[in-house]
Amino acid sequence: MHTDLPLFFTFHFYLFGLLAVGSALLFVTRKSPVSAALWLVNVMFCLAAEYVMLDAHFVGAVQILVYAGAIMVVFIFVVMLLNLGHPSETSDFRSKGTRLAAGAVALALAAEVLAIQRQPWPQLASPDVPDNVIRPVAQAIFTEYLLAFEVTSVLLLVAIIGAVTLAKRGAQPS
Amino acid sequence: MRTRRALLAVAPLLAACNTGIDPQRPIEDFWPFTILTIVKMVIVFTVYMVGVALLTFAERKISAWIQDRIGPNRVLWKGVGQVLADGVKNFMKEETYPAAAYKALFILAPALAFVPAMVTWAVIPFAAPLPTPWGLMSMTVADLPVGFLFTLAISSLGVYGIVLAGWSSNNKYALLGGLRSSAQMISYEIAMGMSTVCVLLLAGNVNLNTIVQQQATQGWNVILLSLAFLVFFIATYAETNRLPFDLPEAESELIAGYNTEYSAMKFSMFPIAEYANMVTASALTSLLFFGGWDIPFTTWDNVPPWSALKTLLTLGAFATKMIFFLFTFMWIRWTLPRFRYDQLMSLGWKVMLPAILAYVVLVAAVLLGLDAAGIARESRAFTGILFALNFACVALLLVVLDRGRLVSPAASRLRTAELSRLRAVAARSTLAATQGD
Repeated sequence: MHTDLPLFFTFHFYLFGLLAVGSALLFVTRKSPVSAALWLVNVMFCLAAEYVMLDAHFVGAVQILVYAGAIMVVFIFVVMLLNLGHPSETSDFRSKGTRLAAGAVALALAAEVLAIQRQPWPQLASPDVPDNVIRPVAQAIFTEYLLAFEVTSVLLLVAIIGAVTLAKRGAQPS
Repeated sequence: MRTRRALLAVAPLLAACNTGIDPQRPIEDFWPFTILTIVKMVIVFTVYMVGVALLTFAERKISAWIQDRIGPNRVLWKGVGQVLADGVKNFMKEETYPAAAYKALFILAPALAFVPAMVTWAVIPFAAPLPTPWGLMSMTVADLPVGFLFTLAISSLGVYGIVLAGWSSNNKYALLGGLRSSAQMISYEIAMGMSTVCVLLLAGNVNLNTIVQQQATQGWNVILLSLAFLVFFIATYAETNRLPFDLPEAESELIAGYNTEYSAMKFSMFPIAEYANMVTASALTSLLFFGGWDIPFTTWDNVPPWSALKTLLTLGAFATKMIFFLFTFMWIRWTLPRFRYDQLMSLGWKVMLPAILAYVVLVAAVLLGLDAAGIARESRAFTGILFALNFACVALLLVVLDRGRLVSPAASRLRTAELSRLRAVAARSTLAATQGD
């Protein structure tokens, strides 16, 4: 991060960074797999916010679309089918924790208000945001990194074929 | 005396309005921008919530009309007060929590179902920009450069609410409903995403206002990309869990699906989320394929200088389109029966996905060819060629679908080979069961 950025951006950049780290810690310490997965979704959101703060709007949107919207749904789908961990035993949303969380949110809000008061409001839109946000990404992918891009696609195809083969092997011949 | 005092009170307000800023240029100052954005947020939220409440009433009235009944007609004028009565009833009811439920997620799920549908509205442009004393105000709450990707990303999160409601209830019917919903939404999201790729190919940008302007100059996407529209339209029904795709809450099989264990206002949040999703889906359909706030057959509404009249009329155009699609949602619900689960999956994966993939390649090739041939995007020839191409594509798709092979109607007789295969499976499983004993 540049040092000359307005406090508004700096504050939010670190706020989302802290939220991401906090969610990641909760993700690895939860007993219930479903709540762990949901904390991971929260990490994805915080990362998307970080990307947007760094003017990478496209990457931020795709982060939510692909990770939070597709991959994690499939992940939760599998976890639910296996039903790992009985939900009533592994509940982590106790009232004391809730109160602490509410206090933390209140502190964050108070800090935000302070940060906003300390300095004049930031510029609304940074002037160098390009009009078309997908063109630079597409240009890089389809010219300079075309080979890597295509090889990755082949890798995914191989993974799909592998999954189908594994699934077929277990099935009874009819 | 009194009038003079009133004038004195109003004078500073009038002075504040006379800012000397060119109303045709985007707002640059911070405070007007912030305050106007907050005003827009409040207005959009209010209209949205009231609209959703009225939609529940509209649904009941329209269903009554389609089934030749009268429908709710007691509370207030023509029964409109039914909305209030239902709301009060839902708030007064006792809330029950299943003993074995995962309480945190059980409480969170209804909100998760509703919020994504509402957040999508942040980027939807609903009228031509409005000139104000502080500059030109975009009629979008937040005019993001990635507006369209934002709608896709946020609407893909709606499935969490339903899945978590199903799972946290700790009820097998609810879980089955949640699982069905996630499988269905993921399947149709792919077809939906691919169909919008065609729109992006034409517009060349992901900003929603650019997409509206492109349709104003080239013609609506429903003509230029009819097949993509068909696929998108079908996919929105699956994404909103509306009939004929309401398998997650199939009453005859799953009691009420994912919301079986919910009561009072928490239960009510799910229908509200469903209607909220319908509003959003209708807005997106009219935005991506029916020109958004563009008024058809004229171009005066798409070019500066902007005026309040233009804003008002384009808002009316957008609302008319949206209301039509909302009506279609209800019309289809009370006309078509529910799909069988295997039909749903085969339609999504074996028909719509291959069709739309082939179509994306075709559209990309045609656009490349037309650009190479030097036909301008705004010319009549361009629109004509794309229209002819789409007419052929849609005709082909409908003829193929209508042969009763790909999507068999539930009432049709099974083919003999299929029937004997099913009987063999049934006989084998009976045999296995008796041997197991």
